[in-house]
Amino acid sequence: MGKILMKGNEAIGEAAIRAGCLNYFAYPITPQSEVAEYLSRRMPEVGGVFLQGESEVAVGYMLFGAAGSGERAFTTSSSPGVSLMSEAISYISSAELPVVFVNIVRGGPGLGGILPSQADYFQATKGGGHGDYRLLVMAPASVQEAVDMVMMAFSLAEKYRNPVMILGDGLIGQMMEPVEFSDHLKSEPSNKDAWATNGMDTRKSKERNLVKSLFLDAQLLEEHNLALKAKYDRMKQEEVRYEPYNIDSDYRALIVSYGTMSRVCKTAIDNMKTEGIEVAMIRPQTLFPFPINPIRKAASKKGCVAVISFELSMGQMVEDVERSVQGKCPVYWHGKAGGEIPTPEEVIDKVRSFT
Amino acid sequence: MAKTYKKPEALSDQHTHYCPGCTHGVIHRLVAEVIDELGIRGRTVGIAPVGCAVLAYNYFTFDFQEAAHGRAPAVATGIKRVRPDLIVFTYQGDGDLASIGMGEIIHAANRGEKFTTIFVNNTVYGMTGGQMAPTTLPGQRTTTSPAGRDVEDVGMPFKIAELISGLQTPAYISRQTVLKPKYIVRGKKAIKKAFQYQMEGRCFSLVEFVSTCPTNWGMTPVESIQWAEENMLPYYQLGEFKTPE
Repeated sequence: MGKILMKGNEAIGEAAIRAGCLNYFAYPITPQSEVAEYLSRRMPEVGGVFLQGESEVAVGYMLFGAAGSGERAFTTSSSPGVSLMSEAISYISSAELPVVFVNIVRGGPGLGGILPSQADYFQATKGGGHGDYRLLVMAPASVQEAVDMVMMAFSLAEKYRNPVMILGDGLIGQMMEPVEFSDHLKSEPSNKDAWATNGMDTRKSKERNLVKSLFLDAQLLEEHNLALKAKYDRMKQEEVRYEPYNIDSDYRALIVSYGTMSRVCKTAIDNMKTEGIEVAMIRPQTLFPFPINPIRKAASKKGCVAVISFELSMGQMVEDVERSVQGKCPVYWHGKAGGEIPTPEEVIDKVRSFT
Repeated sequence: MAKTYKKPEALSDQHTHYCPGCTHGVIHRLVAEVIDELGIRGRTVGIAPVGCAVLAYNYFTFDFQEAAHGRAPAVATGIKRVRPDLIVFTYQGDGDLASIGMGEIIHAANRGEKFTTIFVNNTVYGMTGGQMAPTTLPGQRTTTSPAGRDVEDVGMPFKIAELISGLQTPAYISRQTVLKPKYIVRGKKAIKKAFQYQMEGRCFSLVEFVSTCPTNWGMTPVESIQWAEENMLPYYQLGEFKTPE
């Protein structure tokens, strides 16, 4: 199949269908309501489920129930909506249900604004809900990458029996770009008979299944948390994804940036190169697990005098960058949180001032 | 010698954690008997609430999911929408359903979600220690209304069966109790109807049970039954509020 021009939000909805997920529950919120509008039309065409819930709180638990019964399910929302879903995300993580969440991030805190933002980095990677849980978080920098990540998300969610979050920003959702839906990213749903409440009669074992998160016994809760931790540790080993840029040059500075912001940084790096200034970039594609070792290695390179985290927030990812660099190089931050995106010139000015 | 009375297959052998005189045990048994009689144990999914019945799945022998506080109707919606062939019911108390989960139950009922709700109303938050609930009666003392529920301050208790009957979509809404044997027989009939309507795909069904909480009411089991009859039944009248056309 060839490339077609699609708006990010619609492409995300289509990608889920192509990935074999036919169950979508959502609540409208700007700047991603087009996903619900698109799927309200598309899901009936493919025999899928579309349901507009009464709130993001309820939607979170509709996903819990659907995934708990063994079916692929996903939602899309934006920042304030994801805050409301965070309760369910904690329960879904504990019950180990494979659910895919897409957050097309807008500015905050509170109602904030409706322009692009990356201010939900902490919420996505450190847990917006309660308890020790982690989401596998992927951050696309283009509509095509959003499509690919959504398609991969379902098999990853099933591989780990863990929720996966696609952290986009308003620009990824609203922008139109050519996309292709790759059949090789499509995956068959895994067999869930060991744990899902998918009908005892249909299972070979004829044993009943429980989907739950309550462990009143201290030792059992400890074991549960250790099992979850082992899963998160395995993600750190197997799922780190990042894109290096201009990393083979003799760079004076290393940029760490993701999503829409990283595209501006690429332009800035290209422009500086024509002036003879070499700057490299590591673009995390997974925010959890975070590319700690690649960043430390890149920051340790001789001649690199600054590591700069460019973000559409007041400095959230920079804490993970500092943790990665471990003092091997000075770490700086620059960002905006109102909804404007720094220009390549602004990035170049900042690189100059830090080097 | 032939057995004339036995435990339903849908009930497990575990002793319950419910207090002496609590009506949960009887209601659990009625649900289990109905599931046995309808032959649906192998395709039923129960949703446990938060509250005293959070561990209900320990006492049943079929698939269960455990919801967050008040969210059982949303969980049931998710299951029933993606697997309409499964038989799904929520089992919820009054704090869970009528307070923190009021939004979820009203919307699920109004959408006509094809699951069944067993609503156990004993006028208090049992698990957390007898605090005031949305169904606490006027003047009733609880640990957070030590001088008695002041309706000038917090309003009158919710009549859930009547409230949901006011919606056009739901199919079967009934209020029953298990305070006496004759009520138990009627209660079971109501549960059976609710499940049968679900099996026929006839929309949402809810059976409310006027129940007791001797521990948090500070009464003996016998006193609590008497108190419920004298105080709850006049306010929470029994009967079928809505039946499918």
